[in-house]
Parts: sequence; structure tokens; C-alpha cells
Amino acid sequence: MSTPATETKLTKRDFAAETARWCPGCGDYAVLSTMQKVFATLGIPREKIVVVSGIGCSSRFPYYMNTFGFHTIHGRAPTVATGIKLANPDLSVWVITGDGDGLSIGGNHLLHTMRRNLDINVVLFNNHVYALTKGQFSPTSQTGRVTKTSPEGSIDHPIEPVIFALGAEATFVGRTADTMAQHMERILLEAARHKGTSFVEILQHCVIFDHHGWEHLTGRDVRDDNLVQLEAGQPIIFGKDHTKGIRSRGDALEVIPLDTGEYSEADCVVHDPGTMNYLYSRMIARMNHPEFPVPLGVIRAKKDRETYETSLQTKIDAVRKKRGATSDLDALIQGPDSWVVE
Amino acid sequence: MSSDTLPLHEERESVVIRFAGDSGDGMQLVGERFGDVSVLSGHDISTYPDYPAEIRAPQGSLMGVSGFQIHFGHQKHVYTPGDSVDALVAMNPAALKVSLPLLQKKGLLVVNQDTFSKSNLKKADYAENPLEDHDLQGQYNILPTAISQLTKEALKDSPLTDREKDRCKNIFALGLMYFLFDRSLTPTIDWLEKKFGKKPEILEANRTVLEAGFHYGETLELMASRVKVKKAEMAPGRYRKITGNQGLALGFILGSKKSDRSLLYAGYPITPASTLLEEMSRHMALGVKTFQGEDEIASIGAAIGASFAGNLGITGTSGPGLCLKAEFAGLAVMTELPLVIVNVQRGGPSTGLPTKVEQADLLQALYGRNGESPMPVISASSPSDCFEVGFEAVRIALEYNTPVTLLSDGYIANGAEPWLVPSASTLPDIQCQAEGQGTNGEYLPFARDPETHIRKLAYPGTAGKEHRIGGLEKDETSKVTSNPDNHEAMVHARAKKVAGIAASIPPTPIFGHPTGDVLVLSWGSVAGAAHSAIEYLHREGIESASHANIRYLNPLPPDLGDIMKNFKQVLIPELNMGQFHMLIRATYLVPAVPLNKVRGQPFAVTEIVAKIQELLHT
Repeated sequence: MSTPATETKLTKRDFAAETARWCPGCGDYAVLSTMQKVFATLGIPREKIVVVSGIGCSSRFPYYMNTFGFHTIHGRAPTVATGIKLANPDLSVWVITGDGDGLSIGGNHLLHTMRRNLDINVVLFNNHVYALTKGQFSPTSQTGRVTKTSPEGSIDHPIEPVIFALGAEATFVGRTADTMAQHMERILLEAARHKGTSFVEILQHCVIFDHHGWEHLTGRDVRDDNLVQLEAGQPIIFGKDHTKGIRSRGDALEVIPLDTGEYSEADCVVHDPGTMNYLYSRMIARMNHPEFPVPLGVIRAKKDRETYETSLQTKIDAVRKKRGATSDLDALIQGPDSWVVE
Repeated sequence: MSSDTLPLHEERESVVIRFAGDSGDGMQLVGERFGDVSVLSGHDISTYPDYPAEIRAPQGSLMGVSGFQIHFGHQKHVYTPGDSVDALVAMNPAALKVSLPLLQKKGLLVVNQDTFSKSNLKKADYAENPLEDHDLQGQYNILPTAISQLTKEALKDSPLTDREKDRCKNIFALGLMYFLFDRSLTPTIDWLEKKFGKKPEILEANRTVLEAGFHYGETLELMASRVKVKKAEMAPGRYRKITGNQGLALGFILGSKKSDRSLLYAGYPITPASTLLEEMSRHMALGVKTFQGEDEIASIGAAIGASFAGNLGITGTSGPGLCLKAEFAGLAVMTELPLVIVNVQRGGPSTGLPTKVEQADLLQALYGRNGESPMPVISASSPSDCFEVGFEAVRIALEYNTPVTLLSDGYIANGAEPWLVPSASTLPDIQCQAEGQGTNGEYLPFARDPETHIRKLAYPGTAGKEHRIGGLEKDETSKVTSNPDNHEAMVHARAKKVAGIAASIPPTPIFGHPTGDVLVLSWGSVAGAAHSAIEYLHREGIESASHANIRYLNPLPPDLGDIMKNFKQVLIPELNMGQFHMLIRATYLVPAVPLNKVRGQPFAVTEIVAKIQELLHT
């Protein structure tokens, strides 16, 4: 089963546990493979990694990673991850969730975990559907989507995961896609290295219940026009021959052509994930198909906020400094107002 | 039993007094002070804060009445806060109306007559001023006092505003009661100095008013019958005053120290469990971590995560919160992680009676989860019992790798009594069932001890022991499987493990003869009233009734079946519709007799005495 840890450098294969049991062609396989590679790259010993999940297809993930893992209950993985991190801040803690698990039943926990800014990583597989229960609409399903529980089309307004994360003031918000292995690897590595809660949405294909999937964005023939890869400090440019850019008009963004001579790269927005300007981050995150290319990459990364577990330890240290790190249990039990009966 | 009727001349075994006023009148504060002074005067005490769910209900209204009852005296008489009251302080008509039924005939009634205005009388549904009612004067020993006016006069030189001055009137009442019951002012003046040291005007005003109240008593020739209450003959040792929730907190901390597990307490504000979260958060200097989650679910989730990562995870709540935690409790059963779940019960169902006592969550604690989900359950019987029960819950959780539900209730959570403080060194070490770091060989997460069926944990950070657990059924290697043989074996193993805890349960103490006509079998906070009932009967020469309080509700004590066989009848008094009664009948097939009460109030000793006498005569 498990193998003793060695000093030798870990490889992707060291992180492989039992054989995954997702549907053939499921996007989860690509994420699993990339994640194993990322863990090997991070150089963190296997025993110091804990993968925590809730319920759903994506939540089977911990079983397939040769680390410590906890497959918890529906929507609640962030709470267990919180306890793990508070108990042992040395651990690298990963929450694997989906659009139903993380944004419907678990929306509350995700919100509060992100605002607290524990140093954990949340990876949300967004496939627009409840797949493990065989095809009901999810909180990210488009309005009008026909599913088993919405035969006349869903009347729910969908939520955009990265907007939700920004609303919770997550200090790291990123997005990538299961079909873009290299991009995914880079974003997950950045998320892992971020101190604080990092939230990464992965556009993930369900080949059984989400026929529309993400092909209209990530298909090889359309991705250059329908996606834009954000790079910190670089102008936001997209299109097959870099012929389009994003310009800011104060409180709105617009697509500008870069091949007509009217505009140049200098007119484009330079992406700043660490900006103080919250409106900017929101505008970027709101860019959506078909008016805009859908942004991938690190939408926001703020490094100025202390992590929750650090703040807690700081408080404990301060109290101990002020009152003395007491280990006098008798004094504790007696309290300040005891008396003696002779 | 509560003490006899006034007049308050002779020496008494014990006395019950009650302060009652508006919820903003500071009745809890003066009650606490009276309790503190009483223990320092050498009395045993039992206190009962009885307050409304609203922080400030409409002023002068019946629903806004806040009470604080103190029973003090010789320890053989003080097991409960008292059935009825010997002396009542009523700060307004509503307080009089609500509390008068508790006052014994000929009892002392101190009334703030200044508040008996037409509008206040109307709010209290009095058509006539009861102070002018001759019947009332005949029934009680009434002492109408111009408390508001006398407070104001005492503070005529104080720089405080009129409003601030008026807020000192509770202290005047306290001073008067100190005179009548022969208490020293010094501890309260010390307390005031500590509390208001930085606000000299407030400190001075309170001190002045306290003394004014006391001196007012001295001038009352007609009432100058001060009461001497028999001192307690407590076992020698160091004592402190403790509430139930304080006791639990200390028990948990000692459990964590004796097991060498860091403690994470995760909770969410809910009456009457909030004071437990508050108390835990005061002990950062000992390394205690507290986490206030976004809801009840998050707090149990964090506690489970902490236990998985090698800490001692504890969560606390009250009934409605336990409903929310149920799914996670099932996960802890399935993954066999140590966890303590505290349920400080209150009246239900639903939001119910948040500040009132009830014991109706027993079956929920035992069975309120899906599947075959064995849950050890233990209960606390008094504020001073809470420390030991808190420690015991930690022991069971860590030694058996299991969640444990600890049932307390609002009556003991915030009630107080003296507690003979143990020495930390006398508490046993707790042996965690975990694999050490570096032991080679295959780690099987759900391999069990063949005798006890306990599994061993391996914490994240332990090299070579990486493994995955979760809510799905697994085999001993922790591989997911729905194999029928495996599931059956696992269901039985989990059940046997919990049943096996019985081997560590000490003999059940019996108060009274081990054989007889009636055994009163209690659990939780009914213990005090049940014990007092038997004390009373023994004093009356009736020796054929005994009492046993059951701390361990699952598994039940191994000696309980035999104990019951030695009595002709078993009486089970409970603040519910008969949940323990059902459990006992189902488990032992004994024709136990129920005595149930669901009024949001504890049993009166007399109610239990009457039922025992009825059984003795049938």
C-alpha cells in the first residue's frame, strides 16, 4: 500500500494511488495527472500533503492521490480543511470540490473559508452539472438548460465561480481548463505557492451529462479567439495572431482590434492581479463569451493579508507573552477565587 | 428540601432567596455576588439563573422578568437551587407577579414599592395594587421598601446622572439582603474595586449604595430578625465556585494535557452553550485554540479535521445545533475519529425554549443519525460534576477513537456551586490510540485490536502512513468497498467497539441501601432533586428508597441490571416525555415507572418525594 518516504526527489508516479474510476474521457483524469505532476514539482513530502473533498465526481479525487486524504460529506470539505490547517499549519492542504459541492450546498463554507484566508488551496471543477447523481442542473448551469430536473429549462440564474471568490475577497483567484495541461500546471503551482486561500476554477468537461461542455471556449479552433490568457504585467491581448486587445474605459472594458492601425498594444489594459482596484478585478472576471474572451490565469493575487492560522498563532504568542506561557494546571483549575476549608 | 417557613429568627439548615426584576435590572449580577459571598461565609450553594431569551424585553413586562435563585446552607440540604423561596426580592410588579408563586407562605417579601405605578401595574396585569391587598399582607412577611428613592438619596452628592443613579438600585437591594442574611460587605466591595477601579465615580456610587442598603436594614426595628444559616461542614480541601460550562472547559483542557493532544474547540454561538465557547477562548495562554465557525456544521467539521490532523477536536452546541451537526457526527462514527460533541440541552423542539431546561435530546444523541451509527453518550449531573464528565468524554474519545456526545443542560451550564478542586497530578494519563512516527511495516487504517475493536490512527505528517479515509464504507486497508461481508463485519465491529466501553465504566454509586422498595434512577441534572428527595425521606425515617444517577447512557453501566433487580420498583424522573424510561425498559425489560415534566423548569424535590411516597404506598 504505502511506501516509506525517501530522500530522493519525488516524481509524478509517487503520487499515484489506486486506479481512478471516472468515466472514460472525463476531464478529471487530466486534472489528476496535472495535480500529481504539480505535487512532485512542489517538493513537499507526500506525508505533509492532505487532500480533502466533499461529495461528487471530483470529490473522489483524494482516493487517487498517494497522500493523506479525507473524503468528507457534501459541501463541507472547507470546514474539515480548516480544522486540519489549524491543527497543523505545516501541512499543505488541498480542497477538491465541484460546482454543486462547492457553490450550492457548500457555498457558505467556501465563502467564509476564503474570507478568513487560511493558507489552503481550493480547486473547483466546474462542469455545469450534478454528474454523480446523473444529470441535474447545478448552480453554474446556464438559465434555460434542460436537465432531468429542469425538463422545461432551468429558471435559475447561474453563479460565476470567480466572481463569487472575488466577492468573498479571496486573496488568490485563478481559472484554468482541463484541456490545457501546461496552463493548468502553471496556475496550480502559483496557487500552491500563494500564502493564503487560493481559489482556482477549472473548466472541466463532463462527457456524459454536459454535452455542450467548454468546447465553444477551449476547442483548438476557437480557443485563441474565445479565451484570453492573463499574464501579470502584460497587456491583455488575444486572437490567433494577437490581433485583439482589451481596453479599459473607466468603469467598463471593451474589445479593440489591433490590426486596423487604429489601436496598438499601448491602448490595452496591463493586467495587474495585485491591484488595489477591486473594480478592475471584477471587470476582468466578468468578461464572458460571446462579448468578450473568457479570461484564464491569475485574476487576482494579493499578498498583503496575513493568513488566518498565522493571526491565530500571533494572538496565542501575544497572550503568552503578556500572561506567561503557563503550564500550571493546578492554578488553572483553582481559578483566581478559590478558598480552603480546613 | 427547601427550608421551613419564616419568620426568620432561628438558625436554619438552609435558605433559598431569589432576586427578581426587569431583565435590565442587574438581577444576575447581584445573584452572582450573593453566591460568591455565601461560599466565602462557609456555606454550600446552588444557584439558578432563570432569565428570559430576550436581552431586554419590554420594560416592566411579565416576559421580561429575570430571576436569580440561590440556595445556601449546610451541604446535606443544598443539592438543588430549591423548590420554593424563603425570601424574595421583587424589583417591580411584573417580577412580583411572576415570582410570588415560588415564595413560601410567611416568606419574606422585599418589594421596591417605588415601581408600583399605575402603568407598571397594568403591564403586570394587576387591576389593583397588590401591596394594598390585605390577603397578601396576611400570607407573607412583606417589607415594602422605597428602593429607588433610597438609592437616589444615598447618591445625592454623586456626580452620576439620574439614570446612572437609578441603575444602582439592585446594589441597594443586595446590601439589604446582606444585612438580613448576615453577610459581609467586604468581598463585594473588593469585587467592585476590581471591576470599576478605572471608573471611580461608579465605584464610589455602588459602594455607597451597598452600604446604604445594609444600614437601611439595621434601622428596621420591626424586621431586625436576622437569619443565621447553618454553615456547611465541607470536606477539607480547596474549593472554588464553578458553573457547569466552566467545569466542562476545564475538564477538556485537562483531558488535552493528560493526553498530550493540542485542543481545538470549535463552536457557534447558541444559548445555553455560548458560555462554553467563551470560556474556552479565554485559555489561549495554555495553547487552547478556539474557532468560531460560520455555522454549527462548520464548527463540527473543523473539530473533525483537527482530530484527523492529530489534535483533540471538540465542538459544543445546544439541541437545534445538534440537528445540524448530525451528518458530520455520522462521519466521525464512520471514520472512527476522536471527537467530543457537547449538547447543552434546552427546551425543544425547534428553537423551543432557549433559556429553559429540558432533557429531551437523549434519543437524538443516541440515534439521531442515518445508518447503524453507535454513539457513546455520557451526561453531567451538576455544575461540579461537569469537570469530571468533560475529562471522561475526552478519555473515551481518545482511548476508543470515537465521537462521544456529552449531554449537559441549561440548568447546570450556568448554575453554580462550590467544587472541591482536584489536584491535576491525581488525574490519570489518557492513552491515545495512534501509531507513532517511523514504525515501519504496512499501516492498515481500519485494522482493529481483536479484543476492543479499536483502530489506530496515523496523523498527517507521519511518513509512510499516507492513507485516505472518508464517509464511504471501507475495508481494513481503507479501500472503498460495498462488499456485503465487509459491511456486515464493519457494522458489527463499530457496534462492539462502543459496547466495549462498558468495560471501563466504574461501579454505579448508590445513595441509600443497595436493596429496597424504590430505586430512583436519574440521569443529568435531575440528580440533585432526586438525591435531595432521598435525603429528605431518610431524614423522615424512610430508608427503603435509594437513588442512583446514571452518567453513562451508552453504553449503560454493566452493573445497572443487577442494581435494579434489588428494588421492587424503579422510578425514572425526567424532564421529557420518558426517553430514558423507554431506553431502560427496552434494554432491561423492567417495568420502570416514569415521572415526567416538560415545563421548562427543573423538578421540585417535593414532586419526586410525592411520587416515591405514592409508589411506597401502592
